[in-house]
Amino acid sequence: MINKEVKNAEEACLGIKSGMTLMLGGFGLCGIPENCISALVEMKVNNLTCISNNAGVDDFGLGLLLQQKQIKKMISSYVGENDEFERQMLSGELEVDLIPQGSLAERCRAGGAGIPAFFTPAGYGTEVGEGKEVRDFNGKPHILESALTADFAIVKAWKGDTAGNLIYKGTARNFNPPMAMAGKITIAEVEELVQPGELDPNQIHTPGIFVQRIFKGDKYEKRIEQRTVISKGN
Amino acid sequence: MSLDKNGIARRIAKELSDGWYVNLGIGIPTLVANHIPEGINVEFQSENGILGMGPFPFDGEEDADLINAGKQTITALPGAVYFDSSTSFSMIRGQHVQLTVLGAMEVSHNGDIANWKIPGKMVKGMGGAMDLVASADNIIVAMMHTNKAGESKLLEECSLPLTGVNCVKKVVTNLAVLDILPEGGFKLIERAPGISVDMIKNSTKGNLIIDGDIPEMDI
Repeated sequence: MINKEVKNAEEACLGIKSGMTLMLGGFGLCGIPENCISALVEMKVNNLTCISNNAGVDDFGLGLLLQQKQIKKMISSYVGENDEFERQMLSGELEVDLIPQGSLAERCRAGGAGIPAFFTPAGYGTEVGEGKEVRDFNGKPHILESALTADFAIVKAWKGDTAGNLIYKGTARNFNPPMAMAGKITIAEVEELVQPGELDPNQIHTPGIFVQRIFKGDKYEKRIEQRTVISKGN
Repeated sequence: MSLDKNGIARRIAKELSDGWYVNLGIGIPTLVANHIPEGINVEFQSENGILGMGPFPFDGEEDADLINAGKQTITALPGAVYFDSSTSFSMIRGQHVQLTVLGAMEVSHNGDIANWKIPGKMVKGMGGAMDLVASADNIIVAMMHTNKAGESKLLEECSLPLTGVNCVKKVVTNLAVLDILPEGGFKLIERAPGISVDMIKNSTKGNLIIDGDIPEMDI
């Protein structure tokens, strides 16, 4: 087995330079690579283009990189819940490309799957479709969307082995598998790192071939964005 | 009396059929899950990657790795399944989800919908809404009939940036149930209890089609 284990987030992020394009997994704050984001803040790389469904909140997730003005451009589907983001966008400091969520996921998957572009109905007749090739299939208009790749894709999984095989937990899977496929170098941070053979091959979500570096994260805060609960009395 | 948000949700819940997979948007649509008629089994899909979404967890049992597309903590019912975002939108684009219910800022009488952006004021992004409205066969919009300024949200043409074109089939508001006809127009189907046809006429800017007696909703 090829051993892809690295010591920590710092070692995993070696080679990430200012001006690069990064993909970062997660939906809201669920399933984000917390340890690598902290490392990127420490490394002080800037002018980054970040492809991520969301932009974190003011003081967590990608919000930490925004605070330090390390991001030049965000490619996302939904960016509410972040005041600093809104301020930088309205003042023109931050470029923002908003993409329908399904198109974003499929553009990442396509990037990893060697499909340079595809047609989708999402966004036809809206701002998203402006300037894009339109073609009718089955009597319905579709727009041409191109694949996305990144210099580094950074994903978070629940368990992984040193060969890079990954298993996710709950809805923390989200954008992590398609992004894992689309990085020139893919970094996986996991809560539990085991030896090859310890994960059941039937249960693996991301095959290790897509992952170049893997490490066990030091700590996971796993902040909850909207804590909605029913009190036990009811 | 016009319906409250739960009343709108209760009326939409009557549209559910046994065996359907349903995607509920944020806001009033989420409330539909609380009003599923007896004898009807449906499964809720949340586009961040779960089928078989259950109610909110009990206090202390919330799991950061288990949320819905509104980023709220949720539970998973027996038989639930998790999947990645690309698979999730394959379900949506591939029309494996039978009903989509979502909110809107404006709907036009040819079925256009605007719900993601107010230029210069609010830019949060479209999330999954554009994929949902472009692909779903059966889209119900749940919203108040007028905005906070009292202006109709049912229009001849949307003034805000569009989320999708010619896609909405039905609108349920606090005042009425309206079908959007393929040739254009809001066909009045039902009135909210105690709401007159004239009140609906006065609150609707798009082409309103009134054909015969309009019954009151049975909710």
